[in-house]
Amino acid sequence: MTTNPNPGMMALDDLRVLEIGDERGAWCMKLMADMGADVIKIEPPEGDPSRQYEPFVDDEPHHERSLFFWYYNTSKRSVVMDFDDRSNADAFMKLVESADVILDTDTYDPIGRLGLDYRQIMSDNPGLIWCTITNFGFGSSRDEEPHTDLTLAANGGFAWMNGYDDHTLPPVRGGGQQAYHTGSNYAFMSILTALLHRDATGVGQHINVNINGSVNVTTEAGSYSWLVSHSTVQRQTGRHAGVAPSMPSQIQCADGRYVNTGIPPRRPAEFGLCYQWLEDEGLLDQLPEAALLQVGAELESFSLADVFRGDNEELLAVFGAGRAAFDLLASKLTAYEFYTKAQNFGFQVGVIHSPEEALEDPHFVDRGMQVKVEHPELGREVIYPGAPYQLTKGSWGITRRPPLLGEHTDEVLGELG
Amino acid sequence: MPHHVKSQALSHLRICDFTGQLAGAGATKFMAAFGAEVIRIEDPTNHGRWDILRGMPPYVDDRRGPELGGPFNNHNVGKLGITLNIKTEKGRELFERLVGISDCVTENFSSGVLRSWGYDYERLKELKDDIIYVSNCGFGHSGPYEKFKTWGPIVQATSGLTMSSAIPDQPPAGWGYSYMDHTGAYFMAMAIMLAIHHRNRTGEGQYVDVAATEAALTLNGPVLLDYTVNGRPLRREGYPDANHSVSPAMAPHNIYAAQPIPGSFDEAWIAIACRNDEDWHAMRDVLVSDGCEWAANDDYGQLAGRMAAQDELDERIGEWCMRRDPFQSAELLRAAGVPANAVQTPEQRIDQDVNSAESKLWPTIRQTEMGRVRVDGIPARFSKTDWSMTRGAPVLGEDNDYVYGELLGLSESEIAGLYEEGVL
Repeated sequence: MTTNPNPGMMALDDLRVLEIGDERGAWCMKLMADMGADVIKIEPPEGDPSRQYEPFVDDEPHHERSLFFWYYNTSKRSVVMDFDDRSNADAFMKLVESADVILDTDTYDPIGRLGLDYRQIMSDNPGLIWCTITNFGFGSSRDEEPHTDLTLAANGGFAWMNGYDDHTLPPVRGGGQQAYHTGSNYAFMSILTALLHRDATGVGQHINVNINGSVNVTTEAGSYSWLVSHSTVQRQTGRHAGVAPSMPSQIQCADGRYVNTGIPPRRPAEFGLCYQWLEDEGLLDQLPEAALLQVGAELESFSLADVFRGDNEELLAVFGAGRAAFDLLASKLTAYEFYTKAQNFGFQVGVIHSPEEALEDPHFVDRGMQVKVEHPELGREVIYPGAPYQLTKGSWGITRRPPLLGEHTDEVLGELG
Repeated sequence: MPHHVKSQALSHLRICDFTGQLAGAGATKFMAAFGAEVIRIEDPTNHGRWDILRGMPPYVDDRRGPELGGPFNNHNVGKLGITLNIKTEKGRELFERLVGISDCVTENFSSGVLRSWGYDYERLKELKDDIIYVSNCGFGHSGPYEKFKTWGPIVQATSGLTMSSAIPDQPPAGWGYSYMDHTGAYFMAMAIMLAIHHRNRTGEGQYVDVAATEAALTLNGPVLLDYTVNGRPLRREGYPDANHSVSPAMAPHNIYAAQPIPGSFDEAWIAIACRNDEDWHAMRDVLVSDGCEWAANDDYGQLAGRMAAQDELDERIGEWCMRRDPFQSAELLRAAGVPANAVQTPEQRIDQDVNSAESKLWPTIRQTEMGRVRVDGIPARFSKTDWSMTRGAPVLGEDNDYVYGELLGLSESEIAGLYEEGVL
């Protein structure tokens, strides 16, 4: 039924994991499941809420057709359990006792609803690793507040960092629920840390992950400029937010698409390469400043600070010529041509791909980033994005398509006897 | 658990670490916080400047130099630091002995750099049979772009993350920092620990190839499946639309201008998200009781109507948001059960948000030259082996005596000789 590109042993296939949570923990659990862990997603009778999330296959809403649910739930099994029915307490405890790791997002409160005692469970199962992911950390004075990925991105600092030079335009959250991803990334790193400790000692423990905190420590200079020097960065179009404004680094090319130019030519050799590139394209006579590139190629090495000090006119002119050369080349080339040609000259430039263009880029196709998974119920083979890291042993793979609601209830409870 | 007690979670592990910048250094910083012995190897011939962050701003005071870079300190808290000229014969011998007593070798050089020094996985395995070698670079270690150069913004551009961060009819806004240097480091840390668990089970080490661009590609999953299943690209009219939400569909859902706070910046913003009809009904009541009769319009009662009228809703909510500062409006909405929050400035989220204090997110450490300074902590708490950070990033060669003396057993005079010969 399913396609695993890496048959054989997988790094986490010795682990039984219970997922008792909402979308905030689903990414962490996909990361574990795709490394071979037997992740059992316990869903309420009506199904995980994200089964109702757009987009749907052929835009037909149905709890088995949510592409959001599909993506975050590959390689997992689904068990339906009603936590309001206390007769399920025994079955739940059997699941817990079979588990190495439990992840919850403080959403369903199975412990309270089933009349169980969390401390008792931890003391009866000293090897158990239990990870809780919540918006502000379990027990926080803010943890009862309502939030979403957007409002956490606003609270924790993502939104402040992203946007445009024009500050009448709003800050931008960033696409793809990255606040939730970041919480889940910290949860997975934490679970692995606890797992290695358990490998060495046999001892498990509870882990309390804070999504707001995760966003806060994932803002680079946004945080450390304040921590170190009480300075504040401000958003700029397509480049690092800065304490002081910096020069643009995003150019529109001949096909209307954009490239990120990184840091434009600044080393003597790079001015020489820039000249050569113009020559290759037959564009030398269209750039009045071209001769300055040859001057630049003969300069002693200098730093950007020398340029920005602004007192060396020759240096400023040479630096300006490099930027003018990039602008001219971009106006004649498609974004993809500009990118690959620039990189072949050694410039750190990036084409601004849409996600689907990245997935179809020859480099990522070559490295196996398109993974086919069969969905027999729909008679389709679906391409999923592939591995986030390439282990050569015990490696990544999608071991089964996302589960149908309750698909494995009988199977799993049967295994437990 | 007291903050200064060294974590025992990973104290049985030793990492021979060439990582730098953030994309690599962030991975071993996480493990050092949990007690791993991370030995950072730096080149004495260029004062460790392969890592350009060593001398980069911000600074704590007027002093400048490779021991004083704020970002370098932030990303290398708790690691040991040694100097080693690997281009010398004795340097190579010492490196090889260090590999022999390490669990992992880690680096994030451009593709092929460590190999060019004579150390590929096969050679490292000869030095220690179960060694784990994790190499992290932008495009990975095979494929058409193997030799292409990247840093965070280039990784984000080529993987789709820059493009997907935008509002309609505007160029990409992208990420105003190297989100994928942080996140690439997270995936590198996962990869290291996955490989260690595999070794614990089987006794075998391995080579791991981490490409930050590929990690980034996995962070836009639903959008990608909408393309591979429904044939709907994100590059289409009216998209990307990162402040609205179509997956899942929510409206209103946006970032709105608010009344600036006196004495702060001359702009302020609030994020508001109605997850469902119930949230909207609660928000409607707040608006109506504040004189916004328009909110009672039945057309807005259900999601489909609000999605269809999103622009109109945004305009009217935008007017309401200008009545108060974003903290006041967010408070009103949250009290009614509606997700809302100010777009916080660094000062607001770090020094004024109660969650920062109660989670002790920003520990103060001591770095030998910089003195006391705050750094990014870890946003998780462990019940038995919690993280700690006390010592800042190492100054150049700060731990040469410990590593060469205690770990490798060299005498003081031998170490002194190595300095003289330019090996350390």
